[in-house]
Amino acid sequence: MPVLWIVLAVFGLGLIGYFVGRLRALGSAGGDARTLHSLPSYYGWHAFMLTVAPALLVLAAWSLLAPNLIDRSVSETIPEATIADASNASLVLAEVRRAAGALDAAVAQGLVDQETSRNLHTESTDVTALLKETGSVITSAVTQPILQAAQEFRALTKRSNLYRTITTFALALIGFGFAIKRTHKDFRARNVVENGIMVILVLASSIAILTTVGIVLSMLFETSHFFGLYSWREFFLGTKWSPDFRGDSQLGILPLLWGTLYISLVALLVAVPIGLFAAIYLSEYAGPRLRAVAKPMIEILAGIPTIVYGLFALITIGPMIRDWIAQPLGLGNSSNSVMTAGLVMGVMLIPFVSSLSDDIINAVPQAMRDGSFGLGATHSETIKQVVLPAALPGIVGAILLAASRAIGETMIVVMGAGAAAAQMDQGLGEIINPFQAMTTVTVKIVSQLTGDTDFASPETLVAFALGLSLFVITLGLNVLALYIVRKYREQYE
Amino acid sequence: MTDATSNGPTARAKKEHGSLLVQDALTKRRNASERRFRAYGLTAIGIGVAALILLLTSILSQGLPAFQQTFVTLDVVLDEAKLDKKGNRNIDEIKKVTTFGYAPLIKNGLKSRMEELNISIDGLSDKDAGGIISKEAAGQLRRYVIANPDEIGNSVEFRFLANGRIDGYYKGRVTMQSAERDNNVSPQQLQLADALKDGGALVTRFNWDFITKADASENRPEAAGIGVAIIGSLYMMMIVLVLALPIGVAASIYLEEFAPQNWFTDLIEVNISNLAAVPSIVYGILGLAIFINYGGLPQSAPIVGGLVLTLMTLPTIIIATRASLKSVPPSIRAAALGVGASRMQSVFHHVLPLAMPGILTGTIIGLAQALGETAPLMLIGMVAFVRDFPSAPPEGFFDPASALPVQVYNWTTRADPAFVERASGAIIVLLMFLLCMNMIAIILRRRFERRW
Repeated sequence: MPVLWIVLAVFGLGLIGYFVGRLRALGSAGGDARTLHSLPSYYGWHAFMLTVAPALLVLAAWSLLAPNLIDRSVSETIPEATIADASNASLVLAEVRRAAGALDAAVAQGLVDQETSRNLHTESTDVTALLKETGSVITSAVTQPILQAAQEFRALTKRSNLYRTITTFALALIGFGFAIKRTHKDFRARNVVENGIMVILVLASSIAILTTVGIVLSMLFETSHFFGLYSWREFFLGTKWSPDFRGDSQLGILPLLWGTLYISLVALLVAVPIGLFAAIYLSEYAGPRLRAVAKPMIEILAGIPTIVYGLFALITIGPMIRDWIAQPLGLGNSSNSVMTAGLVMGVMLIPFVSSLSDDIINAVPQAMRDGSFGLGATHSETIKQVVLPAALPGIVGAILLAASRAIGETMIVVMGAGAAAAQMDQGLGEIINPFQAMTTVTVKIVSQLTGDTDFASPETLVAFALGLSLFVITLGLNVLALYIVRKYREQYE
Repeated sequence: MTDATSNGPTARAKKEHGSLLVQDALTKRRNASERRFRAYGLTAIGIGVAALILLLTSILSQGLPAFQQTFVTLDVVLDEAKLDKKGNRNIDEIKKVTTFGYAPLIKNGLKSRMEELNISIDGLSDKDAGGIISKEAAGQLRRYVIANPDEIGNSVEFRFLANGRIDGYYKGRVTMQSAERDNNVSPQQLQLADALKDGGALVTRFNWDFITKADASENRPEAAGIGVAIIGSLYMMMIVLVLALPIGVAASIYLEEFAPQNWFTDLIEVNISNLAAVPSIVYGILGLAIFINYGGLPQSAPIVGGLVLTLMTLPTIIIATRASLKSVPPSIRAAALGVGASRMQSVFHHVLPLAMPGILTGTIIGLAQALGETAPLMLIGMVAFVRDFPSAPPEGFFDPASALPVQVYNWTTRADPAFVERASGAIIVLLMFLLCMNMIAIILRRRFERRW
């Protein structure tokens, strides 16, 4: 029975439970809802909850766990020789799964009947041809051990599905009966239902924790694999990045880190002065009309997806910088460059810096400005010597947040900065030329994980180590920035 | 530091002789610095606004031509001898004729149209003449014949796409000079196109297929569309909405209304504020490692993209929802509790409905962010070349699909410059969607938000 139908049936039963529970409660009160402990619908929801929740929880757990257990017991039946031929147990297992799926499809399409499909033998029938006929993807010839394993797989799956259906319905019926039996006019149905809702609310909030745990675990796990294949010392201290899928790669993070930091630095050099001055002007000088026009205009920049900035870098800014600056000065002839990516990323960060700084400047108490004006300072002197020093910690926090954004940005650098890692052994002049193409950590994560990937080679797994490093760096910056901003806010509250 | 304290004594000495009506040097200097400071501020705003305008005009000017396409109208004789040799209209036999069998029919159609219009161009071979029609045309013709086998033997009028280079000629991408150096197009072909245009057989018109059709291969940019990408993005937004809105609201209600002050609540809060700032590509790694490698979900499927984007959008929705729950005054809760409601009832019956406009605004803004997100989708395999439309949900959630921003990226990596135009066109569609979503959010906020 397909999962969808089971779910629907359980919900149907729950719905019946709702009405029966409600009626039974009203009946026990002699039809007078005033003598009930809770409102009638709570008795209904109580029955619904007890019918549906345990059944669906078990169904979900079963569906998640069973495939793993089946895989394990099937792989035990596959002879060692077959695994050795294919070099990898998981590949064999995938083949078994495909064959089993194709057999099911063959039965569904009426090519063979259920009985013969169970007794197929590679020597008597051309199973491979039969399975290909179903339109399934069968890459290699189906051998007898594989076919046997596939039959085993089918049998186990079928049995597991049958037991799953039975257990789910049994639980639903038990819950139903229990809830109906409990329903009585003095039963505190509302408290039970509200506790149930509370559990849902707590679970929903824990997803944030689960996500973080998922991020950290998934990267830690694969990173530890990577460090099993490649020395961590060479990864963190290596000055050369040249992956080679045939082996013998040099995977030092330093050139990538340099590219990331250099591009972020250029971006911040653009974004911080512009954003800060825009924020100062908007919060201290601008009249309501200019503010009403200019503030949303700048904030639109924050709503534009990064792919748009990437395209802008690729088709407009990149060629512009190459033709007008880099080539005439003889500094490079690639339209992908640190400058291109940095400038465009700087534009992207302007609203980030400006709106955060705007909030912070507005939070500086007016009394401090009044005091400065009273001493005869001009407006700009007040800003420079009173407002900005008071707002400085907050502004530093904003800049740190912007830096973390810049370091983690992907699309702009993928499309604007290029794919060549900084050549750290070519001398200082090469690596600080801002008109040179240079790659970053994020670009390499993308390039190592897209296309054909082999999760057993260090060239692919290095992406997880890069991701973990990126996560740690941005997390550190964020925590520091949030700490500074919070500390500063408390100062004036 | 050009203020009064540092130049104190000298300034005061000068002032004794000056008049109140004449500015002394120090005041002038201070006023000049004031004006400079204002000018810096204005310049900064100017640069920001100019960058926005440059960005939008660059995308618009590059992308608008993508909505126009050059078509050639031809009468094609569906030759029975070629398409259905036995003449029994057996659909399986007709299907055996590949697109190579259809290409000569189109060439003949073009030849007869050229004769009709008295076009003859020196040095133009028949093969080159046929080259001005898109390679997609044969497939289009074959689909038509398979759908209407009864038309075999008749002459039918078709509107074929012109080759991408011919199309580029009318959009200024290709010129007679560049054609001489280009292997894919010759000046003679451009002359032929001009002659056909004069004869009315070649027109440039609005191209709906760009919005509705699927992507096309590397050498036929003229046929590429964003249909699959729009469907893929739509499916993902459906998943994000269905998952992120309830989960986000439930989490916010717990944190804002019920959570006790303890380490667990602190842990959740710290997590949410950090997740909001985690680089998006890290979510892509999470999706690849957990949903695809561990969970066994298919690559490039909207379900995986939807799940990843849900996790990314959750912090945004939670932060917005909490702000709008917080803005409902405590008197509402007190009144509900006062007439005997439980805490749960006061929240669900009174606070939540009042906070709804704020929640919806936050959700729409979160969705808009998710719609434009590219990097995580690239890691879960959505850069793959997808020609087939995914089927209807829920099965369609597991079919391979593309997404708008990823399609844009995909096109920018291809060699033919016609794809850059397509990419910019797709960006315009994306920005239109974002504009609509933000407009709805603004309208919701204006219309329903209450100030207490």
